[in-house]
Amino acid sequence: MSFIADAVLTEPSAALDLGAAPRGFRGRIRGLRAFASGGLPAEELERRLLELGFVEGAEVELLHQGLFGRDPIAIRVDSATIALRRREAAAVLVEPI
Amino acid sequence: MNEMSAGLRDLRIALVGNPNCGKTALFNTLTGSRQRVANYPGVTVERKEGSFVSPGGRRVRLLDLPGTYSLRARSPDEVVTRDVVLGQQAGVAPPDLLVCVADATNLRLGLRLILELKQAGRPLLVALNMFDIARHRGIEVDVERLSALLGLPVVTTVAVRRGGTEALLAAIDAQAPVGEGEAAWSAPDAAGLRALQREADRILAAVVRVPDRRDAVTRRLDAVLLHPVAGLVILLVVLFLMFQAVFAWAQPAMDLIDAGFQALGAMVGGLLPEEGPGGLLRSFLHDGLIAGVGSVLVFLPQILVLFLFILLLEDFGYMARAAFLMDRIMGGAGLHGRAFIPLLSSFACAIPGIMSTRVIDSRRDRLATILVAPLMTCSARIPVYTLIIGAFVPDRPVGEGAWSWVGLQGLVMFGLYAAGILSALGMSFVFKRLLWRGQPTEPFMLELPDYKLPRLRNLALGLWQRAKAFLRRAGTIILSIMVVIWFLSSVPRPPEGATQPAIEYSFAYSIGQAVEPLLRPIGFNWQIGVALIPGMAAREVAVASLGTVYAVQDAEEDTAQLGQALAGRWSLATALAFLAWYVFAPQCVATLSVIRRETGGQRWMWFSFGYMLALAYLAAFVTYQVARALGVG
Repeated sequence: MSFIADAVLTEPSAALDLGAAPRGFRGRIRGLRAFASGGLPAEELERRLLELGFVEGAEVELLHQGLFGRDPIAIRVDSATIALRRREAAAVLVEPI
Repeated sequence: MNEMSAGLRDLRIALVGNPNCGKTALFNTLTGSRQRVANYPGVTVERKEGSFVSPGGRRVRLLDLPGTYSLRARSPDEVVTRDVVLGQQAGVAPPDLLVCVADATNLRLGLRLILELKQAGRPLLVALNMFDIARHRGIEVDVERLSALLGLPVVTTVAVRRGGTEALLAAIDAQAPVGEGEAAWSAPDAAGLRALQREADRILAAVVRVPDRRDAVTRRLDAVLLHPVAGLVILLVVLFLMFQAVFAWAQPAMDLIDAGFQALGAMVGGLLPEEGPGGLLRSFLHDGLIAGVGSVLVFLPQILVLFLFILLLEDFGYMARAAFLMDRIMGGAGLHGRAFIPLLSSFACAIPGIMSTRVIDSRRDRLATILVAPLMTCSARIPVYTLIIGAFVPDRPVGEGAWSWVGLQGLVMFGLYAAGILSALGMSFVFKRLLWRGQPTEPFMLELPDYKLPRLRNLALGLWQRAKAFLRRAGTIILSIMVVIWFLSSVPRPPEGATQPAIEYSFAYSIGQAVEPLLRPIGFNWQIGVALIPGMAAREVAVASLGTVYAVQDAEEDTAQLGQALAGRWSLATALAFLAWYVFAPQCVATLSVIRRETGGQRWMWFSFGYMLALAYLAAFVTYQVARALGVG
C-alpha cells in the first residue's frame, strides 16, 4: 500500500489538501504531507494525525466547520469524528470520491 | 472454584483504552461505590482504584487508567498509563491483566491501541464495550474471528446494563496471576504507527460489517449543535440555563439546611448560659462552630447542581462539542481549544480544572490555562455572590412579558460569571504576548464522540464523589479556619461593664483596624478586612467569617439573616466593590498548592497569587470609585 503514499509525496499536485476542502467534501486519504506546525516538528504532527486515524486509504468527510474563518473543522474518518484546524488538516492529502 | 482461589492474592487488573470508550462506565459498574480516588506518588495524575469480588470468589483490584490513543505518552496522564502498562510506575505493581476497552461502534482507533499494547507483551484481554449500541446500529462484529486474528481473548460488554459484564467477569476468573517483570516496548515512529493502523484496518475489514451510515441521532443533533451560528447560541443558552438552575433548583434544599442549622444553633444556645465561663463555650458552639459550618454547608445544593450539569454535559458528549465551538474564540485569546474543558471544570472548582489541564500536551499552553483557570468563577465564590446579590439586588424579573422569566438576580450572577470568563480570556492574551511573545499554540485535535444518554448510576457516583470532597473540605480546612476566626473575633472577652460591642475588644478588631487604611480606597470596612484574610484560605469562608464578625458584634441579631445585616450596613458601592474583588480574588490555599505541584515550583504559584491580588484590588477600586461618583456610595 505504501507506494500510493510515495507517489503522492513525489507528485503533490495529484491530490487536494483537506485544509482547503469545503463543507460536505468526501474523499479518500492519499497521503500525509506533514510540516512543522504549532511548535510541533513535522514528524510529531504526522504521528498525531496517524494516531487519530488519518491513514492512507481512509475515507474522510468534512462534516462541520466553525463560524470564524470556517475553522475548526470536524472530519469523519471512517468510524470516528475528529475536530481539528484547517491549518493542520492541510497536511492530509485527499482525492475526492 | 472458591476453595481453589481462596488462597491466591488479589488479582490486579488495569483498564486501558481510548478516551470516550466507556472505560469509566465499565469501571463504575464493576466496582460500584467501592472506589478510591487518590494521586500517583509524585505526580498529580488521578489514580482511580476500586475493588470487587468476581463470581468465582476472586478479589480483584481494578485500576482505571487515563484514556490514551497510544502508549507514546505525551502528557503526564498518558505517561502514567504507559508506565503502569509497562510495569514501570513507581508504587504500582505490574497488573496481572490489562483489559483493553474498545468502543465497538468505533473500533478503528481502539484496535490500533490494542495492537500496540500487544507489542508490549503484557497479558491482555479485549473488551468490546457498548456492544448493544453497535448491534442496535447494525454493526456486526465477528468476535471469534477477531479473537483469532488478534491472538487475544475478546469479550463483549455493555457497561451500563446489569449482566452486561458477565463475559468479562468469567474471563477474569479464568485469569491466573502472572509474575512481575517489565515489558519491552519502544515508541513507534510514523512508519510503525502507519503499519499498526493498516493492520488494524485489515482486521477490521475481515471481522466488522458496518452499515454505511453514521449514528443517526448524532448526525441530526450535530447538524444543530455544531451549526456555526445556532451552535454558539445554544452553547450560550446552555451555560445561561446552568446558572439559572444553580439559583432556582437549589433554593428549597438550601432553605432546609439553613433552617436545620438555625434550629440546632437555637437548641445548643438554649442549653448553655449566656454569661460567665459557660458563655465562651456557648459562643464557640453557637457562633463559631454551628454558624460557621452551617453557612458553608448551605451551599452544597448549589455546588451539586453545578456539578450535575457538568457531569451531564460530559456524559452526553457535549463537552467536546463545546471545545469545538469555542476553539477559535479561545485561540484568539491565545488558549488551546482543549483548554475549554479545564476552564469549564473550573466553574466548579479550580483544583479539578487545573488538574485536567493535563490533557493539553504543550507546557506553555498548559501553563497559560493554569494561570487563568482560577479566574473562572468557582463554586466557592457562589456563597459570596449569593449573599451579596441576595442582600443588594432586588428579587424581581428583568422586564415585563417575554423577559418576565429572567430574574434580575440571575442576570447579575450571569454578569459576574461573564466578567470572570472575559478576564480569563483577556489575561491569557496578555500572558501569551508578554511571557511567551506570541509563540504558536499547539494544534487543536480532538475526537468528537457520539452522543450517549447519560446514565443515572454514573451521575450519582460522580456527584457523590464531588459531594464527599466538598464535605471533607468543609469538615477540615474550612472548619478549622472557622475556629480560628471565631477565636480571633471572640478573644479577648470584653471587660465587665464594657459599653462597646464585644468584637471591638478582640484580636480581629485590631487586625481589621490595621488593614483598614489599605482597604478604604476600595470601600471596604474593617469587618470586610477581617473576613478577607480567611477568605484567602478558602473563599467561601469569607461568608462564614462575615457571619461570625457580625453575629458576634450584635448578639441579639443572631437569628436575623446575614444578608439583611449587610444590607443595613454596607453601601451599594461597597457591595459592588466586594463583588468585583471576588471576581478576581486570589485563590484559596488548596488551589495555590495545586498550581505549585502542577507547574513544578513556587514561581508560578506566587506569580498567579500576585497578579490576581493586584487585579482584585484594581477592580474593587474602580468599581467603588465609579459607583460613588454615580451617587450610590
